[in-house]
Amino acid sequence: MKAEIEIANVENDDKEIREVQNTKAPAEGETLIDVRHMNLWYGENHAIKDVSIAIPQNRITALIGPSGCGKSTFLKSLNRMNDLVEGVKIEGKLTLGGIDIYKDIDVSVLRRRVGMVFQKPNPFPMSIYDNVAYGLRVQGVRSRVQLDEAVERSLRQAAIWDECKDRLKKSALGLSGGQQQRLCIARTIAVEPEVVLMDEPTSALDPISTSKIEELALELLEHYTIVIVTHNMQQAARIADKTAFFLLGELVEYGDTNKMFSSPSDDRTEAYITGRFG
Amino acid sequence: MNDMKKNPGISTSRKVKTAILKTLVYLSAVVIIAAVLFVVVVIVIRGLPNISWEFLSNGVSYLKGITGILPNILNTIYVVIMTLIIVLPVGTGAAIYLNEYAKNKKAVAVIEFATETLAGIPSIIYGLVGMLIFVQTFKLKTSLLAGSLTLVIMTLPTIVRTVQESLKTVPNSYREGSLALGSGKWHMVRTVVLPSAIDGIVTGCILSIGRIVGESAALLFTAGMADVIYTPLEAITPNHSGSTLAVALYVYAKERADSGTAFAIAFILLILTLIINTAAKIAGKKLKRRTENEG
Repeated sequence: MKAEIEIANVENDDKEIREVQNTKAPAEGETLIDVRHMNLWYGENHAIKDVSIAIPQNRITALIGPSGCGKSTFLKSLNRMNDLVEGVKIEGKLTLGGIDIYKDIDVSVLRRRVGMVFQKPNPFPMSIYDNVAYGLRVQGVRSRVQLDEAVERSLRQAAIWDECKDRLKKSALGLSGGQQQRLCIARTIAVEPEVVLMDEPTSALDPISTSKIEELALELLEHYTIVIVTHNMQQAARIADKTAFFLLGELVEYGDTNKMFSSPSDDRTEAYITGRFG
Repeated sequence: MNDMKKNPGISTSRKVKTAILKTLVYLSAVVIIAAVLFVVVVIVIRGLPNISWEFLSNGVSYLKGITGILPNILNTIYVVIMTLIIVLPVGTGAAIYLNEYAKNKKAVAVIEFATETLAGIPSIIYGLVGMLIFVQTFKLKTSLLAGSLTLVIMTLPTIVRTVQESLKTVPNSYREGSLALGSGKWHMVRTVVLPSAIDGIVTGCILSIGRIVGESAALLFTAGMADVIYTPLEAITPNHSGSTLAVALYVYAKERADSGTAFAIAFILLILTLIINTAAKIAGKKLKRRTENEG
């Protein structure tokens, strides 16, 4: 597998992945999601141009770049939420643990394995309990015991159990924005996905809620692989192991976060992270 | 213009204009309230004296000399229930299809235009078409069933439009959130979209019930004018003609020249509409609370 990894447009990547693998336990840090030569069009608009990227397991990978650079589009390709957009066309090979996500897997199975947290907290207009149990019920879980157990575990993992254990039957819309977002994370991890995609999960939140979500992301790493889109470069620097910089649909640079923020190899990356545009 | 430059405050002409407009707006409000009050007062004054327990609990008997509207009350309830049982699932289903499933936007636009047009057609035309299709072609004879089926066609556009409008107000983030958890489209519609649209369904219900209860033209040729007390089973079988309250009102006022009874029926209709609307609103609230808290 290692030998096969050849990533176009991205220097150093091969080496970095090997480094990660040497220092960590074998399963961790190995490529979980592998994207090769991906192109995406919205009608005539070529939104993603020949992007190749290898996302490691049990790590946080941050996608940064100015608005409209294709990072959210890229993220949504990983659980095929782009399928909902009319006139979208995707080329290239995207695999999850070796399985082609556009060919070899049912889309609802894929979305159970690759969960998603959205930019704006979107709890359903039902009770907190039912929100968290939603994904399990989709899978046909009916046993009260099983649901109770999963709801408590997910809410605990999302660090919101203490705040809502006494009001599980109350509407989720009564929670604050930050709580709602943590509830959405609980809802996502209730089905025990392998990957959690986060699309600017803190952009609608205040600084305290933001730091809670960031802490949460770091804790979730033990069980999940996280891919996060963020506008906030400090956020990427704080929590991400790997960072990918997108610009106008191209992947400009991808590598270890530390290295990218200290000595970026591309001038455009340097210009962006030092705040000269974007 | 010069005036305004000298005086930075509101000019006199503007003040006068405002005052006139204000008066006109108040006046139109008064006119509307007065009109409603007038109608209600007239109905109460002329109708109430004719209402008695005998009037409400009997049919018509020329032998005993009794005039009663129990058959018409029952017929109204039968027609409302029969119509809603058919039109609600069909209308809601059509709205769901148009809003959630239909891919061809042109076809959707054509269907929406058609439903809007249908909603504007005079009800006597539905009566004629209903007579042709249900009474004659389907051989249901003049019957409550034929009348209800005619009303289904008449109220379908209302239900489709109101449900569709409320489906449109359900935030897309609910749909995305549901799909992202691996649910299929129908599961998403059933668990997330429909509960949020319950308001619109209830509104559609209320509007439709209002039209059904007040409808006479579409029922004259299809449901007929009989004043017989039917059991529910009889009411849903063909060849059982019956007049609803609105039709009976027409018959009493026009053909039997009995305006006292007509106003008494009008009074009952008023009360009935009030009860139905209140019940529907309470049901809607209860349903909404249940879906929000327990699902």
